[in-house]
Amino acid sequence: MPSSPDSAVDQQPLTELPAAPWGRRLALASVPGYAAALESAALSIGALVVALVLFGIFVAAGGHNPLAVYGALYLGAFGTRFSIEGALTQASPIILTALCTAMPARVGLLVIGGEGALVLGGLCAVLCATAVAGASGPVGALVALLGGTCAGALWIGAVGALKHWRGVNETISSLLLNYIAIALFDHLISGPIRDFSQTLKATSWPVPQAFGIGSIPGWSVHWGLVIGIGLCTVLFVVLRYTTLGFSMDILGGNRRAAQVAGLPIGRLLIVACLIGGGAAGLAGAIEVLAVHGAASESLIVGFGYTGILVAFLARQNPLAIIPVAFLVGGISASGGLLQRRFDMPDATTQVLEGLIFICVLASNAFAGRIRGLSQPR
Amino acid sequence: MNGAGGIGWYGVALAIIGGALRVSTPYLFVSLGEVLTEKSGRVNLGLEGILLMGAMTGFAVGSLSGSPWLGVLAAGGAGALLGLLHAGICNLPRVNDIAVGIALFLFGMGLAFYLGKPFIAPRAAMLPALQLGAWSDEPAVRAALEISPLLLIGIALAIALRWGLVNTRWGLVLRMAGESADAARALGYSVNAIRTLATMCGGFLGGIGGAFLSLYYPGNWNEGLSSGQGLMAIALVIFARWNPLRCLWASLLFGGASALGPALQTVGVTSGYYLYSAAPYVLTLALLVYSSSTRHALAGAPSELSISR
Repeated sequence: MPSSPDSAVDQQPLTELPAAPWGRRLALASVPGYAAALESAALSIGALVVALVLFGIFVAAGGHNPLAVYGALYLGAFGTRFSIEGALTQASPIILTALCTAMPARVGLLVIGGEGALVLGGLCAVLCATAVAGASGPVGALVALLGGTCAGALWIGAVGALKHWRGVNETISSLLLNYIAIALFDHLISGPIRDFSQTLKATSWPVPQAFGIGSIPGWSVHWGLVIGIGLCTVLFVVLRYTTLGFSMDILGGNRRAAQVAGLPIGRLLIVACLIGGGAAGLAGAIEVLAVHGAASESLIVGFGYTGILVAFLARQNPLAIIPVAFLVGGISASGGLLQRRFDMPDATTQVLEGLIFICVLASNAFAGRIRGLSQPR
Repeated sequence: MNGAGGIGWYGVALAIIGGALRVSTPYLFVSLGEVLTEKSGRVNLGLEGILLMGAMTGFAVGSLSGSPWLGVLAAGGAGALLGLLHAGICNLPRVNDIAVGIALFLFGMGLAFYLGKPFIAPRAAMLPALQLGAWSDEPAVRAALEISPLLLIGIALAIALRWGLVNTRWGLVLRMAGESADAARALGYSVNAIRTLATMCGGFLGGIGGAFLSLYYPGNWNEGLSSGQGLMAIALVIFARWNPLRCLWASLLFGGASALGPALQTVGVTSGYYLYSAAPYVLTLALLVYSSSTRHALAGAPSELSISR
């Protein structure tokens, strides 16, 4: 803390500086990352609670009983087996699109191109599946998934490359690429690869039935969820325990330090973007193979944007993304129940998600200030 | 727009000009608002949310009160309130203004759809149009030159902002907050207060841009009303290199680019409709790639800006 001419402020650090409080924290801090993780969790949970209270005030102002709305929200999200399955199905693509923001964030980039990468991933899955239409089920599915992953990876990888070589701001370029991807998608599914037997809305050629991704036995949740959870876990381990992950964290924490340490900055930036984009592309491919069976506008429902919220709520930690995506997926899934029971607009859950996002960002202001939990900075 | 088909490629040019004049107004207002905000050293990526809230508020107030101009004013007020929210959170320490913008985008969109649900059906009193093409007998010319008074206000505003930023004390203080927060602090100005005010004014203009959408063209309220004009604002401002006057030209250019697809459709070129609709985005990206550099910030960018560092 810089010294200030104000004497009252000046004395404060003196009373706080002695080693005693630091010693008290040592027990927690001795496990690397534990204290920081605890603090992050406390901040996120606090932000969630504040957002829920604000949401309660908001619905009360609209003449609804907030407690009843909370009840319905819980019931619709996690109350029954059916709703939990709904939440998990929603969570599956969100986990992957969240990685599209979280991975670049680890190297200090704010990428918001998950929506575009997802859409292109779905598109490319259809193209690849069509190309190998004669193959056996698992092979075809694998090719389609890989194709979607590569499309997303290259799309966001380009963002990282442009950032590194041309200094193009990654947030803006990824935002623009969202629109370009959607335009490309609309163009292809409304003409060149359109299935003209579908008259209700523009739909691409169907993916062969055999390539479909089935459900987890005993649940009506498709295997995409397992893929997402697996990928998050792997990435957590990579970030936490490998040289690559450590280098990424150095780069994200302090670019100068990374430069001085001789880290391959460009390669790290692009690898982080490739992984993130690949995850979002995979999400699109899974949605096509497991849910829709073809590429149509049902793919463009904002999973990419919800993923940004999830990544921030999880504080860019791949492991934390899993429960947070489940939570946010549940909120999205409960929209229908709110609509039926209280006749509320379907945008209700969107308001809640927006409030959560704002509160989470505001909670950053309290990082390092929670007595007994925060590490001195 | 069937009339344009009859006069062939001449009609295409007319339709593009008409489209540019019609579609550019929201671009102009959001980009002027964003210039004001960014000149103070902050990025507001949430203008899309502000635009939608403005569109909804403008339509609701317009249809309830019967006066579209009251709707425009209310839309500006709603935008300013959201701007205040953005600024209030960004004033907290360790908060990333770009991330807050994304949050505001999602929040404003949700709020507009929530509050605007009851207003989807009815029609409100529309803003009047100025018939600048009344001299011509050609209906296509008349249609192309039918412009909104808001466009004229926007043009006047662009000139006034350009003049004000360069020649007035307020303009100087605003630019100082954007170029060097330390200098502003040293002179006893509150940087946060300046930025809050600038973001609120930017939100006001963004809200008016939204009101144009719901009260003039396309002139109704539904959830697919905006096609990302608010998000484009940020690209437009880079395109215009933070100069309000260039914002005017850039808005006309973007408006024309957006009108390309529909205009070509009138002469039967329908195959690449969606690709043409991506023209403004491709244009911006190309310009961004061309003008960015790893060695120096973008030309004309305020140096406190997080996107130019």
